[in-house]
Amino acid sequence: MILLRRRAVGTPPGPAPAPTAARRERDTPIGDAVTQALTGVFGSVPTALLVFILVIMAVTAVPAILFSGTGFFGTYFSPGNYYLAPTVHNGIAAPHTAAFGFLPEMLGTLVTSAIALALAVPISVGGVLMLTEWVPRWAQGGVGLLLELLAGVPSVVFGLWGVLTFGPFMLSTVSPALTGIIGGFPWVFPWLPQGMAWALLGVAIAAFIIIRASVHGQRRRRFRRLALVFLFISLWGAVAPWFTGEVNTAGGVLTASLVLALMVVPIIAATTRELVRHVPVLAKEGSLALGMTKHETARVVTLPYISTGVLATSLLGWGRAIGETIAMFFIIGNIFTGIPVNIYHSGATLSSLIAGTLDAVLQAKTDVSALFAAGLFLLVISLLSNFGGRLIIRRVAGDQALPVGRGV
Amino acid sequence: MAAVSSLRFPAPHSGLSRFDDGLDRAQRSPLIRRMRSGIFWGLCGLALLAIIVPLLDMVWTLISQAAPLLNLNLFTHGSAIDPAHLSAPIGVEDGILGSLLLGLGVLIVAGIIGVLAGLYIVEFAPPRPRAVMRFCSEVLSGVPSIVIGLVGYTVLVNGPLQWHYSLLAAVISLSVITIPYIIKNTEVAFDQAPRSLREGALALGISRFTTIRKVLLPTALPGIVGGLILAQAIAMGETAPLLFTANWTDANPVLKLTNNPEPYLTGVTYNTLILPYAQAHELAAAAALVTVGIILVLLLLGRAATARSKRMTERMDL
Repeated sequence: MILLRRRAVGTPPGPAPAPTAARRERDTPIGDAVTQALTGVFGSVPTALLVFILVIMAVTAVPAILFSGTGFFGTYFSPGNYYLAPTVHNGIAAPHTAAFGFLPEMLGTLVTSAIALALAVPISVGGVLMLTEWVPRWAQGGVGLLLELLAGVPSVVFGLWGVLTFGPFMLSTVSPALTGIIGGFPWVFPWLPQGMAWALLGVAIAAFIIIRASVHGQRRRRFRRLALVFLFISLWGAVAPWFTGEVNTAGGVLTASLVLALMVVPIIAATTRELVRHVPVLAKEGSLALGMTKHETARVVTLPYISTGVLATSLLGWGRAIGETIAMFFIIGNIFTGIPVNIYHSGATLSSLIAGTLDAVLQAKTDVSALFAAGLFLLVISLLSNFGGRLIIRRVAGDQALPVGRGV
Repeated sequence: MAAVSSLRFPAPHSGLSRFDDGLDRAQRSPLIRRMRSGIFWGLCGLALLAIIVPLLDMVWTLISQAAPLLNLNLFTHGSAIDPAHLSAPIGVEDGILGSLLLGLGVLIVAGIIGVLAGLYIVEFAPPRPRAVMRFCSEVLSGVPSIVIGLVGYTVLVNGPLQWHYSLLAAVISLSVITIPYIIKNTEVAFDQAPRSLREGALALGISRFTTIRKVLLPTALPGIVGGLILAQAIAMGETAPLLFTANWTDANPVLKLTNNPEPYLTGVTYNTLILPYAQAHELAAAAALVTVGIILVLLLLGRAATARSKRMTERMDL
């Protein structure tokens, strides 16, 4: 009796409190326990899958890692000759003269994804600003649907477009123009190797400016911006030689990077759109009321507000760019045995290596294992970028459901 | 001179340093400000064009390349190309049937696992495990699809299970890719249910199971369906995880779970684009066009589901 009474009285009026553990236990009918247990099993599936994938990849990659060691950073990949006596190294047998140098593929993966991100981030942010600020409301839904569709277009279709339309366009128009402009510019200091001179000069000037700015203290932002410009010029000076030289293929690293950029855009744009939607209206209106133009408002209010979120989603986009397979397989040209001489030449990425080679090497366990090592490298990088991106985005957005991931 | 400039600009530590840039700008001449504004928005417009124009060009490429094949034969003939009879009618019947079969499999496997997992995460899980599960599910969506294909190959196809290239291996690989998205949408769908409903059910003393089934599920259903549709769209467009699990064939699919290669739409494009015949390229474009068309329809359906779920929760939120 007392118990019952206490229960009735013990429920305070007003907003219902979360039921205490003891009470929940007493009220729980059998169906609840069953549901909880059943769904709990399924709830742990993603975690288990993630661990399972990591373990399988690592375990399968072990023989190749033992066989190759630091040889993974060589520049020559060969599955070896299956008809001769196997080569044995560290107790692991691989086909005759097999070599698993993945350096060209690693560089290809990093370079294509870096170029893609460098283009995709400003394009998505600029495009989203344009969309939210200037495109009339009735047209926004349509453009939004186009963005979603771009996110949904299968990568094999990007590959087909790259092979049939975009690659030939690059070969006939863009690449020759680029190599002409960049190659025609006097980048060379006669006493230093190409590019190095600009790198050194730019870094020196940037350091000088930063030191001056820290002494002065005032107008620091401007100094910093100037320093950034010089850093950019110097880096460009170091990179520029890769953009000169002959163009001889419709595919190649640059074409692949541009297509990759197009594939990453919807991922970054979807999140950016959501972030821009959450920019406080009062701050924007205040800035406009102070007499700033729309452009200045965007620069001073919107961009600082969304910058962290954009960084996070760029990390996620990077993870996606690294793992992209089929489009790269069609476009990049799949040269597995050396570093391309310039950005217009055929190269390879780790993913295109796996997609293009696994079929052919299935007989040889160690070759397969080497491809798993390549996959492990991909997996680790993309997991790290995902971890970072999602931690940041959690801090920025709290529990809000930002469309992170694919952008669909 | 230094004194003058310190009058014109706020001191660096005045707390205004974040906005001194803006004040600085306001002192520029209107002409310069207008020019900068024009340049900025011009670049932004170019960026938007750089997103939209390639997409439209892509769709145009597909339509113009596939034009010779766009008739009913596309849906009634297989994708096998006989070099001796290149003018024979070809189509993507096998690809469409295979993709539908895969989609059905994903709906069953990933649908059940994803919805129940999402339900557990949002309704039952204690805070700490909930955070871990959410995080792992999100990170799982970032695993490269080729890696999932590799694991599928080494575990299901040619490993302890020895299923060989098969429907089941393909379905499971696709499910691993789509589960995180279903979980996410299920979570959001249940989260959107108005607090007042939940509290009302609690006040009536209804058990949690009944609350979920009778009170929360009706509101959450459109959102969950949206997630399932999204998963279908993703599964429809994947190729990399299927290369080494389904391994493609140009025969119609048979209802055999293991030991039988499985056709799929993206596989038609993947496998015919590299053939040296014009007809093959047309077929590749036609298959891609059909894929994109199906995905577009799925996206529109998903939008409708999301809109419905939003309307429902708004109506019920008192």
